Amino acid sequence: MKGNEAVAEAAIRAGADGYFGYPITPQSEILEYLMEANPAETTGMVVLQAESEVAAINMVYGGAACGKKVMTSSSSPGISLKQEGISYIAGAELPCLIVNVVRGGPGLGTIQPAQSDYFQSVKGGGHGDYHLIVLAPASVQEMADFVDLGFELAFKYRNPVLMLSDGAIGQMMEKVYLSPQKERLKVFAEWATTGKPETRERNIITSLDLDPNGQEIFNHKLQEKYNVIRENEVRYEEFQTEDAEYLLVAYGTSARVCQKSVQLAREQGIKVGLLRPITLFPFPTKRINELADKVKGILSVEMSAGQMVEDVLLSVNGKTDVRHFGRLGGIVTTPEEVVENLKSNIIGG
Amino acid sequence: MLEITGIKEIIKPENLAYRKTSLLTDNTMSYCPGCGHGTAHRILAEVIDEEGLKSQTIGVSPVGCSVLLYNYIDIDIQQAAHGRAPAVATAIKRLLPDKFVFTYQGDGDLAAIGTAETIHACNRGENILIIFVNNGIYGMTGGQMAPTTLAGMKSTTSPHGRDVKTMGNPLKMTDIVATLPGTYYVTRQSVHTPANVRKTKKAIRKAVQYQKLDRGTCFIEIVSNCPSGWRMTPTQSNKWMEETMFPYYPLGDLKVPEE
Repeated sequence: MKGNEAVAEAAIRAGADGYFGYPITPQSEILEYLMEANPAETTGMVVLQAESEVAAINMVYGGAACGKKVMTSSSSPGISLKQEGISYIAGAELPCLIVNVVRGGPGLGTIQPAQSDYFQSVKGGGHGDYHLIVLAPASVQEMADFVDLGFELAFKYRNPVLMLSDGAIGQMMEKVYLSPQKERLKVFAEWATTGKPETRERNIITSLDLDPNGQEIFNHKLQEKYNVIRENEVRYEEFQTEDAEYLLVAYGTSARVCQKSVQLAREQGIKVGLLRPITLFPFPTKRINELADKVKGILSVEMSAGQMVEDVLLSVNGKTDVRHFGRLGGIVTTPEEVVENLKSNIIGG
Repeated sequence: MLEITGIKEIIKPENLAYRKTSLLTDNTMSYCPGCGHGTAHRILAEVIDEEGLKSQTIGVSPVGCSVLLYNYIDIDIQQAAHGRAPAVATAIKRLLPDKFVFTYQGDGDLAAIGTAETIHACNRGENILIIFVNNGIYGMTGGQMAPTTLAGMKSTTSPHGRDVKTMGNPLKMTDIVATLPGTYYVTRQSVHTPANVRKTKKAIRKAVQYQKLDRGTCFIEIVSNCPSGWRMTPTQSNKWMEETMFPYYPLGDLKVPEE
């Protein structure tokens, strides 16, 4: 099935309570699949086509604040519209899943795949000091698996989780193993607004504190949570790094391309390895820093003008040469281009 | 707290003429003297209490003067982003259909930045109550022009009076939503006299009943005053409201169910 369809089916099977979306290419299959499947009749999951991306993310806010497992999905321009709501969700510490099937930008851009929303996803996106947990799938299987993982992490940390996919993985068809049907939540978190019984104080969901001292204390609390996430939730995958003299760092579609580049380079006698970050926040800083001691140079490959490369540079901290290579505007880099760039930019550079 | 001489002699059970509902907290309200928000909060809390819905209610507060609604009513409340309360309430009601769900919004929140969310929630006939407090001005930010500001009316962003040619006309959102098939009960009331308070309370009570019966969106506009924003005393503001606001926003039902 398609990556987008895998997300939709995985959401039903994860026992999601609600999906709120708005059509935009290249991810409309998620809403279409859910409407066709009509899970209201089976699991009781609510599926609603909102009037805008803005309304959809605020529906997610309302549902998440009731302690429910809720999600939305969109593509780059739509995710930009959601940023206000995402900031509120982060500020109110609500769990939810947001899927971005990235297309080329800026502006209306193109409907072809890109990775140019890295900064927006990892560095904040909306206003204020906050972070999302960002998962980067590189296959249809991972688009399905990261729905469940996303909800798990979202509830574990009371934090929004973003699945940063792209138009290639969303649209491509691959075999996928789906998890068995999970039951929907029956018990809700103690902070959820479900109607105030006599037995507890009222629950208030807000991101407002007019007292700057209170807001500062809250912000420190958020930062402490992000540090715990940095400590415990880093995920990455390595490919032929054991004897590597050069390292490629790439996520999502670019990581698939780079896996082939590693093979091509090794056929030419160049010992190249690949590190694929699976979580972009938290970033595999420590591991990249370790590998920087062993390699002669690192090429960060992204379908962007160079965004993740900044985190690679921070991780390496000057230990070795770091360069960026990537195609822009919706064009997928070829494995050969990566090898050529490695040779001219890092090895010969 | 101010010590008032002889207050203990006055506050005795036998002298009690009126008791505030237990659903209103003892937090000091942030509203200006003479503002209608306090009264609107009180009757809303009274209805929730009297209908036995305390444990069954989830409210959504807006951005604006009533952003701190959650400090004053002792129920579960979500504070929404500016204008988005109807979208937030949509999800709450869809996911918890047995609960009583309301939004409480001002004119800037509901009729400017939240126009789309308001119209579409009403158009879908979401089974929620929308309380729309219209005082024709942005109160919290210091008295700027609102979509509902009357023609010629002065505000900090229309200091020479609202020129409809360049600033648009005052928007009658309640009339608009009344035309939508999704709304079931649409009314415009006020809370500036005891008689009007009673009428508004009755309207809220009706909306509660309709929501129990899953009838669709109930929309109650409360035309209210803003003494600070209008630069008037409370008494002047109520008089001005009657003479100037009510002719443009006439009180009464706009859509009543055919029972």
